[in-house]
Amino acid sequence: MVVLSTKELSGLAQELRADSLKMIATAVSGHPGGSLSAAEILATLYFKELGFRAQEPSWPGRDRFILSKGHAVPVLYAALCRAGCIEEEELSTLRSIDSRLQGHPDHVRLPWIEAATGSLGQGLSVSVGMALAEKLDNENNYRTYCLMGDGEIQAGQVWEAAMSAGNFGLAKLTGIVDYNKVQLDGRVANIMDLEPLADKWQAFGWHVVDVDGNDIDSLLAAYDSARANDEKPTVIIAQTIKGKGVSFMEDTHAWHGKAPDDNELEQALLELGVGAAQDN
Amino acid sequence: MSSSKHCSNSVLAPRRTTEMAKATRVAFGEALARLGATHENVVVVDGDLSCSTNTRKFSEQFPDRFIQLGIAEGNMVGVAAGLAMAGKVPFVSSFACFLAGRFEQIRMSVGYNNANVCLVGTHAGVGTGEDGYSQMGLEDVALMRSLPNMVVLQPADAVEAERATEFLADYVGPAYLRLTRQALPDIFDADYSFEFGKGIRLREGKDLVLVASGGVVANCLEAAELLAAGGLDAGVVNIHTIKPLDEQLLREVASNTSRVMTVEDHGVVGGLGSAVVEALSEMPDVVVRRHGVLGYGESGTQVDLYARHMLDAAGIAEAARRFLAPDVEAVATG
Repeated sequence: MVVLSTKELSGLAQELRADSLKMIATAVSGHPGGSLSAAEILATLYFKELGFRAQEPSWPGRDRFILSKGHAVPVLYAALCRAGCIEEEELSTLRSIDSRLQGHPDHVRLPWIEAATGSLGQGLSVSVGMALAEKLDNENNYRTYCLMGDGEIQAGQVWEAAMSAGNFGLAKLTGIVDYNKVQLDGRVANIMDLEPLADKWQAFGWHVVDVDGNDIDSLLAAYDSARANDEKPTVIIAQTIKGKGVSFMEDTHAWHGKAPDDNELEQALLELGVGAAQDN
Repeated sequence: MSSSKHCSNSVLAPRRTTEMAKATRVAFGEALARLGATHENVVVVDGDLSCSTNTRKFSEQFPDRFIQLGIAEGNMVGVAAGLAMAGKVPFVSSFACFLAGRFEQIRMSVGYNNANVCLVGTHAGVGTGEDGYSQMGLEDVALMRSLPNMVVLQPADAVEAERATEFLADYVGPAYLRLTRQALPDIFDADYSFEFGKGIRLREGKDLVLVASGGVVANCLEAAELLAAGGLDAGVVNIHTIKPLDEQLLREVASNTSRVMTVEDHGVVGGLGSAVVEALSEMPDVVVRRHGVLGYGESGTQVDLYARHMLDAAGIAEAARRFLAPDVEAVATG
């Protein structure tokens, strides 16, 4: 894979945002806010951090990425498309009948999806299982990454999984919390506050890195920090902005699960600086 | 009982059992430990119940492949799905009720992913005994059966439990194995061959057929003897594969007798009885009586509870007589 510069990765993140919004607008349903907040995370993972073969989704040595916050799947489909796994034409089938691009990730229909998610709180457990399998074998040397939503980690199962990962010392497991501070009903701090979040993960035996999750270099440094720790699982608390990159979608729950209309899409694409809505 | 040196609890055999009798959970644990040697990808996932589910033997022989996840069954089910999707063959053991309680994780992480996970639920039904309702699996078959790709197996004795376990080690896809806490009399010989998806006619009868699964099958055979003494000819079919159900066999036996009584140590909603009713729903001349557990369970010895819920031989025979009573009266007065 060609090594991309920070600027190029930043540009890719903007492309992923634009693709996500176009897909959601075409489907007339979907979740823009949490897709946009995670764009830099997906760009850095798929174009720098993860080892995989675009045309061989079941290659045993691939790094595993589990999108536990399954509702943000448009940004994952966009990344898979830009990475050469799926064709661009398929993006417009999001959420339509017979599409492999289900409203939430579907492992059986789309082989690049490592695990079905969307019922929140379950992805970290599945990730722990995959990391355990890697540790059991020493045959396939891979790392496992799990992206969680901030609202999602209100679920008890996440902490069961966190406890088990700490207990087993799964150093090749990296959790990422997309801490965009906003969930469906409003602000996370008002609904069920997570703080002190770093302390919680530390107490469960995790190496914690707290970074600007919309900054490419900060994320890359966080992945390096995770790799450097060979005793504990790492959680990257990615401080992000919900709806990042589109002024009227930023930091509000109003755009958690609402599709933009034609005018809104056009304005969003203009703000993102990646061209008009010609694909629609 | 061959309990491990680390496990203090032992199985209380019911009074009327034979010397050879063994709980299906014990037979499962022994089979699993044997399979560990031949199936390198088999791993066992347990949540602080290995002494009760009998996976302890496997854990002692293959400590690296035994994953203890503590009392956190939701995570346990998800971890198993991850292990399976990474190429392992996980057997997840817990009590039937605790697995049923994690139906959300089972439907999402196991079922929807078509993950090759074998869920093993022990302590089926009121046979669980003294611990009472909170430890009794009474809704598990209903839930597991509802998932499109989940197969559901329930052996009737130790030999069948061994064979079912061996079958599941090679089967690919989500599966549920339901086992008893209590020891069961032997029904099958050691050379018994397990045929997935096939019901077994254990006894022919022309007045009615008892269609049973699990720990009550032996009691049905005994009940058929009691009924025969009273002039009623009852057949017995063992359904070790509740899903996929042997509908062909059921239609055959139903058309022979037109009276079917299902017998199971499970709630009467959604279990074997419901599955049989669904299978025979388009046979207008067939009447099906679902005999199983009504209401929540309670504490008591397994023997007392089987008597209370009419799941012992006498109770099953009495339930069959009541079911056939109109016919019997018609014969008597005709």
